[in-house]
Amino acid sequence: MSPGNFVALAVVLFVIGAVGVLVRRNAMVIFMCIELMLNAVNLAFVAFARMHGNLNGQVIAFFVMVVAAAEVVVGLAILMAIFRTRRSASVDDASLLKY
Amino acid sequence: MHGNVLAITDVASTTQQITFWLLAVVSVGSALGMILARKAVYCAVLLAVVMLSLAVLYALQNAPFLAFVQVIVYTGAVLMLFLFVLMIVGIRAQDSIVETIKGQRVATGLAAIGLLVLLSLTVGHAVLGTAAPAGPQFGANNVYAIARLIFTTYVFPFEVTSALLITAALGAMVLAHRERLTPKLTQRDLSRLRVSSGHPAPLSGPGTYARHNAVDMPALLPDGTPDEASVPSAIQGVPETPDQRRTLLGSSTAAMRSAAGPGEPGGDSGQEGDA
Repeated sequence: MSPGNFVALAVVLFVIGAVGVLVRRNAMVIFMCIELMLNAVNLAFVAFARMHGNLNGQVIAFFVMVVAAAEVVVGLAILMAIFRTRRSASVDDASLLKY
Repeated sequence: MHGNVLAITDVASTTQQITFWLLAVVSVGSALGMILARKAVYCAVLLAVVMLSLAVLYALQNAPFLAFVQVIVYTGAVLMLFLFVLMIVGIRAQDSIVETIKGQRVATGLAAIGLLVLLSLTVGHAVLGTAAPAGPQFGANNVYAIARLIFTTYVFPFEVTSALLITAALGAMVLAHRERLTPKLTQRDLSRLRVSSGHPAPLSGPGTYARHNAVDMPALLPDGTPDEASVPSAIQGVPETPDQRRTLLGSSTAAMRSAAGPGEPGGDSGQEGDA
């Protein structure tokens, strides 16, 4: 199994995630699409690690997972704070800095 | 003997290829479904499918540690967090399909094609050789080898990670915190409220003396009338009980059902999809 296949799959998943971020307007779904992009990059990292025969890529994928977990926690907390004030999770409604 | 070993590796590589193509189709299909599904919960579930197939793909590339971390951290923790927040932030919220920015879809499509071409060309131009021979660090020794790397070469980023995680936890607590605007009710206040409400006894549980003991069935009072207060307020108003549904659907359906045969046990199952 050539690592090129895995990298190609990662590219496709990354592009799908990017399209989702651009098209969707529910903030939750945008977050999920960002997670999808991070996952695609992880897949590419693991494929490169396999290709070069050392584990640096796997370690970096591990760090990406940690940072993604932290990002999700803070992002969802911000989302809930926004939802509490304006009762909506749509990114279109969050057009003012205050209120 | 030699031919036997070759046959075994051949079978293994065929299995790998089948697994890869199967999971590639599943993950790309789920990802497409994720950006097309209008309900956010569907998106979350489809994202879980993508993440689980990625975990198997990691295992396929001799990264068992990352495969397990993917299942535990992403599918177990991150997605559950997503679902928790989704349940709070309005499960009924749907994306409207009206474009708010004119030409956004077309521009997005063009940008996506451009990004795909760019990334494909980059990847295609790079020398993607075959996989290096799998050393011991890609097999059963994977966890030890990763631990050695993390605690030697990457020890400083690893320590910084802990600061990041603590900051994230504190930030989430600060952001999700809500100031208490009214004083907390004491036990004395609660009992006073209960007596003054005119309903000093505890509310009857749902389903008491009713035909079913499901939580959405109101309890029957001694005179036979349903007690609406026994149903939790979260599911009140959802037309789930057959009686409520019948009143919603009108008398024609009820007449039809009584004509079809009274006392039919599965008589209501046909209406499940309408609720």
